[in-house]
Amino acid sequence: MPGKTKVLKKPSRTISDQSYVVEVMKGLGVTLKHFFQGTAQMVSGNVPDAVKNPLAEGIATISYPEQKRPYAERWRGVHRLTHRDDGSPRCVACLCCSTACPAQCIYIKPGEYPEGDARRGYERYPVEFVIDELRCIFCGFCVEACPCDAIRMDTGVHVTAFEVKSDFVYDKDKLMSIVSQHGTQNSENTRHEPGDAGHPGIDRLHGGH
Amino acid sequence: MFFWITSALKVLVAVGFLAQIGALLLWVERKQSAMMQSRIGPNRATIKIGSLEIRAAGLVHSIADGIKLVWKADWEPTGGDHFLYRLAPIAAIVPALCLCAVIPFGPTVYVDHVRDLYDPAWATDVATAARSIPLQIANLDVGVLFIFAIAGAGVIGAALAGWSSDNKFSLMGGLRAASQMVSYEVAMGISLVGSMMIFQTVRLDEMVTWQTQHCWGIFVQPVAFVLFVTAAIAETKRVPFDTPEGESELVAGYFTEYAGLKMGMFASGELVEVCVSSALITTIFLGGWQFPFVQLTGLEFHYFGINVSWHWAHFIVVALGFLTFTLKCVVLIFMQLQVRWTLPRFRYDQIMKLGWRMLLPAALLNVLVTGTVLLFLNSSNG
Ligand code: SF4
Ligand code: SF4
Repeated sequence: MPGKTKVLKKPSRTISDQSYVVEVMKGLGVTLKHFFQGTAQMVSGNVPDAVKNPLAEGIATISYPEQKRPYAERWRGVHRLTHRDDGSPRCVACLCCSTACPAQCIYIKPGEYPEGDARRGYERYPVEFVIDELRCIFCGFCVEACPCDAIRMDTGVHVTAFEVKSDFVYDKDKLMSIVSQHGTQNSENTRHEPGDAGHPGIDRLHGGH
Repeated sequence: MFFWITSALKVLVAVGFLAQIGALLLWVERKQSAMMQSRIGPNRATIKIGSLEIRAAGLVHSIADGIKLVWKADWEPTGGDHFLYRLAPIAAIVPALCLCAVIPFGPTVYVDHVRDLYDPAWATDVATAARSIPLQIANLDVGVLFIFAIAGAGVIGAALAGWSSDNKFSLMGGLRAASQMVSYEVAMGISLVGSMMIFQTVRLDEMVTWQTQHCWGIFVQPVAFVLFVTAAIAETKRVPFDTPEGESELVAGYFTEYAGLKMGMFASGELVEVCVSSALITTIFLGGWQFPFVQLTGLEFHYFGINVSWHWAHFIVVALGFLTFTLKCVVLIFMQLQVRWTLPRFRYDQIMKLGWRMLLPAALLNVLVTGTVLLFLNSSNG
């Protein structure tokens, strides 16, 4: 079947479109109308006072902070480091998150557990864990990358405003102290400590690799 | 002595006023856009004195912003040129402040005769003229040319900021600002040539005098008015010409790396420019401080067979002139802010095309037509 060509007509432009000036005037007319309507409404006092009565009917906008838009469960807020049952960080200092981070805003200094600790040889722990929340672009890659569910962004809070830039750099203690939007510091996912039933039991030092 | 004291006073008042105008216009801009978009706008900041709560329709926010800007961490990028980095905000705001020096904001005040009816002899009487206050800081012979020179210097601030910040976005913003301002400077200058030919002067006070005696510049140069307003908005680097700081492409353009008060200087410098360009448009196209049909002597209406001559004391004419000038400026500032909230941003190449391929030829054509008409009128008169 021979293809049929349909020639679309270019939308024509009148001189007033082309000159722009006329159209700008029309646009200004619309916005001016809205401006005067809005001002008349505000001045006439028909609109409730959003400060004294933030939840009143008739306010077109959301009266933050009295009223907040609900965030989705998976909304990415400030990071937190999840805890194990004994309160230590779940993080094993594998550096997956800092490698995945496109903004390169995670700094981790890994450390080995001391001799005799049941975890030695199986995993390391973060001696330092620092996130520069001002540099972070809140992409969530760190959360995706973590094999241990140790870093999460399910806190539901924004980064608060600080006066100096250094306050935006969250250290390990601060990250550990942040709770999820449900108030927990742990993670739903279970975790097997060395020695538990279900723990694979092969360690880095004696695994034969 | 009298001259120095009055001049110093005028400088103090004008610069003091313009330094505050940024805060005021910031509020106007916020509230105006809110009214336009069915929002509420600034309303939370409150000054509490006992049980009295002052919110002033959100005006307190400007004070809060000022305090915040002062107390912000004065962070500087570690790379780049620190001296130029600090110089840039000053270089951006000073030209804007200088511009107001040549704008006449009212008729000359003859201190000895404030209660008398106006007499043209005052201007030539040496003793009276010596004790007169022209409501203009510097009455330069080069007038408009001074304005072009200083307005052209405004680009240095943006370019320096872009260069010294050691940031790609800043550099792009600085380059865009420089090329945009240089391009529109050309169209802006040429669009005024027609007006200069008609007024036969480049002094701003004489331009106002001409308009007082004949008619407003907008009626003899309507095309130049549109061109000049467009170019002036482009010079202020505000929407729809704000590609130098287009936040969707360049974060904040040339002042990306600025914080606190330095950033505030850029922001308020922009608003000062809006104010000054409004004053300039008023002076050149809208009759300056002239209230319609009011001459220096008082109301003079001689049209449609109606002849009214109503003479007023000198100080009334002066006060009316000053108020008229302020009112015209306020309306123009309002319109400029309205344009900013109405139009979407142009693309960068569109801005360049508009400047070089539309405004410049139109301005040149305007000069040609004006010249031809003037030549024709002069030859038929003489
Ligand atoms: S959210 Fe993205 S940018 Fe932020 S720390 Fe995680 S990986 Fe880095
Ligand atoms: S937070 Fe997760 S990904 Fe990052 S180092 Fe710790 S265990 Fe590895």
